[in-house]
Amino acid sequence: MAITWYLVTSAIVFTIGAAGVLVRRNPLVILLCIELMLNAANLALVAFARANGNEDGQVFAVIVMVVAACEVAVGLGLIVALYRRKLPIDVDELRELQG
Amino acid sequence: METVKTFGWMVLLFPLLGTVVIGLFRRFLPGKAPGYVGTLAIAAAFASAVVVFLNLQNLGEEERQVRAVAWDYATTLGVDAQLSLLIDPLSVLMILVVTGVSMLIHIYSISYMGSDRGYTRFFAYLNFFVFSMLLLVLAGNFLMLIAGWAFVGAASYLLISFWYRRTTATAAGIKAFVINVVGDVGLVIGTYFIFRGTGSLDFLKSFASVQDAFATNDGELVAGCIGLLVGAFAKSAQVPLHTWLPDAMEGPTPVSALIHAATMVTAGVYLIARMHPLFEQAPAAADVGAIVGCLTLLIAASIGLVVTDLKRVIAYSTMSQIGYMVMGVASGAYAAGLFHLMTHAFFKALLFMAAGSVIAAMAGNQDLDKMGGFRRAMPFTFGCMIIGGLALSGIPPFSGFFSKDEILAYVAARDDWHVVLAALGYVGALLTAIYTFRMIFRAFLGEPVPEARELEEGHLHHAEVHTNPATGEEEDTDVGFPGPDHHIAEREGSMKIAMGVLAILAIVGGFLQIPGVTHALDHFLEPTFADSRLFEEIEPSDTVEYGGLVLGAAMGLLGIGIAYLLWVRNPERPAAIRARLRAPYALFSHKWYFDELINGLIVRPFAWFGRFARGTFERLVVNGLFVGGTSGAVRAGSSAVRAAQSGFLRYYAALLLIGLTAVGLYFLLAAS
Amino acid sequence: MAEVFFFIAAAGVIAGAAGTVMLRNAFYSVLALVGHLLSLAALFLLLRAEFLAAAQVVVYAGAVMVLYVFVVAYVGGMGQPLAGSGTNLRPLSVVFGVALLVEFCIAILGSTLDLLGDEGAGFFPAFGTPARMGELLLTRYLLAFEAASFLLLVAAVGAVILARRRAGLEDPRELSVADLLRSNEGGTMVDHEERGSLAEAAGPPHR
Repeated sequence: MAITWYLVTSAIVFTIGAAGVLVRRNPLVILLCIELMLNAANLALVAFARANGNEDGQVFAVIVMVVAACEVAVGLGLIVALYRRKLPIDVDELRELQG
Repeated sequence: METVKTFGWMVLLFPLLGTVVIGLFRRFLPGKAPGYVGTLAIAAAFASAVVVFLNLQNLGEEERQVRAVAWDYATTLGVDAQLSLLIDPLSVLMILVVTGVSMLIHIYSISYMGSDRGYTRFFAYLNFFVFSMLLLVLAGNFLMLIAGWAFVGAASYLLISFWYRRTTATAAGIKAFVINVVGDVGLVIGTYFIFRGTGSLDFLKSFASVQDAFATNDGELVAGCIGLLVGAFAKSAQVPLHTWLPDAMEGPTPVSALIHAATMVTAGVYLIARMHPLFEQAPAAADVGAIVGCLTLLIAASIGLVVTDLKRVIAYSTMSQIGYMVMGVASGAYAAGLFHLMTHAFFKALLFMAAGSVIAAMAGNQDLDKMGGFRRAMPFTFGCMIIGGLALSGIPPFSGFFSKDEILAYVAARDDWHVVLAALGYVGALLTAIYTFRMIFRAFLGEPVPEARELEEGHLHHAEVHTNPATGEEEDTDVGFPGPDHHIAEREGSMKIAMGVLAILAIVGGFLQIPGVTHALDHFLEPTFADSRLFEEIEPSDTVEYGGLVLGAAMGLLGIGIAYLLWVRNPERPAAIRARLRAPYALFSHKWYFDELINGLIVRPFAWFGRFARGTFERLVVNGLFVGGTSGAVRAGSSAVRAAQSGFLRYYAALLLIGLTAVGLYFLLAAS
Repeated sequence: MAEVFFFIAAAGVIAGAAGTVMLRNAFYSVLALVGHLLSLAALFLLLRAEFLAAAQVVVYAGAVMVLYVFVVAYVGGMGQPLAGSGTNLRPLSVVFGVALLVEFCIAILGSTLDLLGDEGAGFFPAFGTPARMGELLLTRYLLAFEAASFLLLVAAVGAVILARRRAGLEDPRELSVADLLRSNEGGTMVDHEERGSLAEAAGPPHR
């Protein structure tokens, strides 16, 4: 398969993830959509690595996965803290940078 | 030359020093000391003026116009503005008269204002006034002239509203100041036109180049001279800017004597005489001046026939006599006009001082209707009043006779329509004599009023309840009101000295210019008027001159006779005449309705405009549009911007996405 | 043959993505993402990235998603969506999303880059193997490797701090181990009922 197919798939997934960030109000789901975008980037990276013939893109993708994992950990920790303080788990409600 | 310059500056500095010392160190000047300090300052100024006079005469004829420059203000900008004095015969004459008469009035005031709570303030203001007047007459360029002009106006305001807690006095002060400012504006505009044409603010330079800069009766020069005339009319109380002078009688009598008889009101005459090269190059403006002077002398004389306030009669008489002077200097009779200025200073100050004495005997009341028969009670005052009155009416050999008739002779010698003005001047002389002796006969002859009787018995009348003589409202004797005591000439030595000196001067002052015999003033003033065509040309023929003298004396005696008939012999006749000539009487007693005219034409529209500005313009445009509009716009803008800081996470994400799309679009387009 | 696999995997990827975004229940979204990740791993395999595919399945779908499942179970999804607080961004997001997609496609399809047109350069047998990846990570990309490990440490510490209990801010419904051990002693309440077993000591049922 030509690399172009993979890239187009990556673009589609990225767009879906971006739209999801805008539309959903549950921060958990927003984090999931961010994961989608990261994965789309990973796919593009790996596709280019295959196209170029060296594994630089794959190494980059590994690091991206590490970063994604860290971000998920911290983000979920935030959400747990929110839940503990009985705040609404809704980004539209969480508007003030207080407390 | 150096002594002239040095003592010229000293003439200015002594009164200024007097003001500063009295003003700042009043705590160290107990009792009557401020009065002595003030008088000493003016005496020193007078002495300096005499020194200047003597030294100026020592210089050659060509050198008698001395410029003394202290420093430059703005020469680099192309405007030669300097602190400079011009010391020449004209200004020396003026400073001698000003300092001499001021000195006598200071001496008079030491007693007259002795029990006034504002004694110190009075002398500080009076010295400031003398300084301003000296600055005005000694000014060497238009800048200093305008400065002196404005200071004199300010001093006049301060002194008119001296008893500042009297509403009538403060209103009169404001009226005087506002009209003076109108004159100031005219003066500045006139200066602008002249400066634009001649390129110099300095008098000598400007006058030297006026014939090259302007053609005869050039529009701009005429405009400039009219501007100067507006200033002169406002300061000298000529029609139509004269309405402030009668009201200015609210000030203390020494103020009336000094400012509104001898010095400030003559500033206009001095101005026209000083600016004679300009007026000779613009005869149209000079003619306007002459006509206005003639009109004023008639209008003022007619009003003087019917007013019942003692000081106001003398005020209208001042207005009338200055009309003579203005008419004279505007027609080219410079020496004659200035001669009359000098003699008028003497006898008018004398008349005011005597009037002050009478008013003090009446415990502050100035109403002629309530006065009578003071002849036996106040002989010295009566004598001075008679001398002043005879001088004013132009009876030989008193000073007024020579000076007034010289003006009229010179005006008649112009040989054109000016003859009409001279004829009207003689009519005015008749009226002058009538109203002067009306005043004297009513105040001093006849049955003594109660205050006079009291005084004959040796007791000076003292009002129980102090009232404002004009409105009758009760007032205090505290600061800002006249003091509790009154001083008459018979009892105060300094008042006698001052009045005595002035009486002597009123008698002998005329001998300076007896036609055909002495020409002291003519010779003295020649260096100033050397460049004047009219000064050389006008020479009344002997018939005109001597005929005029006889006519003038006849008019004066006729006037005294009429006054005697009407107010001594048949005291009931005036009432009958008033009833018969009802319309003229109404016109005169309403002062020719000038106050009402100015009120309707100027004051009311301005007041309406002020109300409109505050109610409509200020409220809607300034507050609503400018202040409210700009702040509203800012508020709207900021609330629009504030909406972007909503805190909605999804908004921010949307902005990111939109931005990303835009950047991608840009790169796509750039690559294609 | 490879094309068939590609289309199946790509369909799975896109379906998973769509499901993540569109499913109402958060739990279902997580499951959709898991499916997406597994399909993506298949795509990686097609691209000869063996190590990466394995890492994707084990780490991403295995660990990260399990963490997600736990948190979703703890927090729960939202009830019913509250009536339009903030404005509806759906039309905007659709429009700009499509615009972005179009731009990407133009960029990709209109690109003059040669290597995009075909399958790619020739590859050698060891391409994408763990040995090769490990060699690269420890030689050429050592800095990135070390930085990534440091990042992991920081993230772990941060997550613990963020999510720990604070005194006085506890949810009274929650239990801690200390509570369990304490419950058998006397409490501050009068008429305190003797608690017996550990199960009863758990107190009233958790919400």
